Amino acid sequence: MAAEAPAQQPPRKIAILTEPMKEAIRALFPRYPSKRAVTLPALHMVHEHYRCVPLQAMAEIAEILEIAPADVHDTMSFYGFFPQAPLGDVRVWVCRSISCMLRGGDELLGHACRRLGVERGETTPDGKLTVEFAECLGICDHAPAALADDGRVYGPLDEAGVDAMLDELKRGRKDEAPHV
Amino acid sequence: MATFEPVLTRNWNVPDARSLKVYESRGGYQAARKALTTMDPDAVVGLVKESELRGRGGAGFPCGLKWTFLPKDRTETLMCVNGDESEPATFNNRYLLERDPHMFLEGILISCFATRASTAYVYLRFEYINAYKIMERAIEEARAAGHIGKNIYGSGFDLDVWLHRGAGAYICGEETGLIESLEGKRGWPRIKPPFPAIEGAFRKPTVVNNIETLCCVPHIVERGASWFKSIGTPKSYGPKLYTVSGHVEKQVCVELPLGVSARELIDVHGGGVWKGRKAKAAVPGGISMGILSADELDTPLDFDGPGKVGCLGLGTAAVTVIDDHTPIIDYLHNTARFFSHESCGQCTPCREGTNWLDRTIGRIKRGGGRIEDLDVMHDLAKNMGIMPGTTICGLADGAAWPIKNAVTKFRGELEDYIRSNQVPGAGPTPLQVDVAAGRKVDLVAIGNAIPAPPPPAGALHSPGRPTA
Ligand SMILES: Cc1cc2nc3c(=O)[nH]c(=O)nc-3n(C[C@H](O)[C@H](O)[C@H](O)COP(=O)(O)O)c2cc1C
Ligand code: SF4
Ligand code: FES
Repeated sequence: MAAEAPAQQPPRKIAILTEPMKEAIRALFPRYPSKRAVTLPALHMVHEHYRCVPLQAMAEIAEILEIAPADVHDTMSFYGFFPQAPLGDVRVWVCRSISCMLRGGDELLGHACRRLGVERGETTPDGKLTVEFAECLGICDHAPAALADDGRVYGPLDEAGVDAMLDELKRGRKDEAPHV
Repeated sequence: MATFEPVLTRNWNVPDARSLKVYESRGGYQAARKALTTMDPDAVVGLVKESELRGRGGAGFPCGLKWTFLPKDRTETLMCVNGDESEPATFNNRYLLERDPHMFLEGILISCFATRASTAYVYLRFEYINAYKIMERAIEEARAAGHIGKNIYGSGFDLDVWLHRGAGAYICGEETGLIESLEGKRGWPRIKPPFPAIEGAFRKPTVVNNIETLCCVPHIVERGASWFKSIGTPKSYGPKLYTVSGHVEKQVCVELPLGVSARELIDVHGGGVWKGRKAKAAVPGGISMGILSADELDTPLDFDGPGKVGCLGLGTAAVTVIDDHTPIIDYLHNTARFFSHESCGQCTPCREGTNWLDRTIGRIKRGGGRIEDLDVMHDLAKNMGIMPGTTICGLADGAAWPIKNAVTKFRGELEDYIRSNQVPGAGPTPLQVDVAAGRKVDLVAIGNAIPAPPPPAGALHSPGRPTA
């Protein structure tokens, strides 16, 4: 196909936030004395939809909240929670804090990673599962425990339990898709 | 003591207790009605003060007294409920949220009425995904039934309750870290004063209370201050949710009068140490509080007990049991790793100290420890925290306490571990040892010399170099 070289154009920016999402963010304004307070809820909203918070989304959130993109980035990056590249369909946290550690939590995290062939914090090649360590998840009555980000709680785990958990999680999420 | 009647857990085994209908059928929202329609806000504050209810979030500060710090002439008050619950081994707030959300809402309602707060933000850690959904539903129900909203029970009192989700940071449980996070900033604790009661969220007078603290309030209104004070030990009144986890047969959350011992929790409620073993130690109330040795397990777990045996305090009353097969260095390694991961990085002694402790304990564990390390660790631990006055918040004290307790209470074991675990190459290098000891290091002699650069060309004054 021998076409003429197209005229140089600046790359087109694709908006991340849809109009309904922007509406949903603005709908939270009356709850707080400042618009900036909606930063975390807005980040959560983007994260829920895209399984990540791209830089472009931060700029768009900043525009709605009338703050600088750097303010949003500052907050976003403080929490080790919002990745800039998409997570797997399910994110699973394996606890490594005291009660879980005493019952083998560290070893189970290692086992989960080996079985999936990924390092902690990484996503499986099929994009289904991200496995991370976490500090106490508040489910120590299940120690050694793990939590999926759709709310499913696992534990007390052993190696066989981890295997079964991973197989189950690979079948997908158990919560509703985000509406808005 | 009279037989103990649990109140915080009284609906836990009732089918469908989360629904408003069942909660109301069991006398729910009656205390709120009583407070809002027959009492003056100050009378409620007075009642809570009289009950000597102390905060359940970790610090044990008298709740009613805190409420009186709000400026008299304030025009607006905010309530922030601390549902960040991230202290390792603590899960009592989660039980309250998941099993009896309306009792919690009733506690919020009465406490907001007492402090004249018209908005309550419930800061909930993100990981409480199910609790979040349960609370969302409960708030909707309560709003529809008029327990939240405008002119509640015709009293003229308005209240809004909003859930605000965290994003996985332990430090957002510290009250001013929580406030900063709520405002949409990074969760960096503030220097106090001003305390939140004077200038808190959005620079308005703010009350910060833990979930369990607020859950006690409806029962105090219903049964009176003297009922509350008939439970527990002197200065530590009322019922308390204890959690037991780690090396026990049954990991549980139980409601008991304040002041039970760790031994009772382990033997009676936790089904004993697992695998028929013995306890070597127990964490009294979340890892920030330090550690009880085996012969301190009879210490009453009330607000003053743990302090008498060198621990930081009652904390969150979350007991973690450590059996006699576990090296104490594993416990230390875990706590150091936690705090170095969770330090917010704002104060140098905390940021650098927690990190250094983590690396040093890691080195000891790998077989590169020296006996002197224990003393250096102890020294450092004594110098970081709000108590020695070197940091902004109490996280650093919490990081120091496990070190201080373990180095004094388990010194023998730690020394033995160091002596019998020496792995070649795991220790510090001779250069590191020399630098640490303040000895002049001869870089040429240790084969680490870097050729001296040529002198710079044109300085006007250069001490020690002859001028041209
Ligand atoms: C590092 C740190 C973490 C804390 N985490 C929590 C927490 O997760 N939940 C909580 O209720 N209080 C926590 N606190 C205590 C709060 O700062 C505050 O004292 C408490 O929420 C006050 O409520 P109360 O008086 O009802 O206990 C923490 C304190 C510090 C220093
Ligand atoms: S003591 Fe630690 S956690 Fe607290 S404000 Fe300072 S650096 Fe942050
Ligand atoms: S220690 Fe693992 S969930 Fe609490």
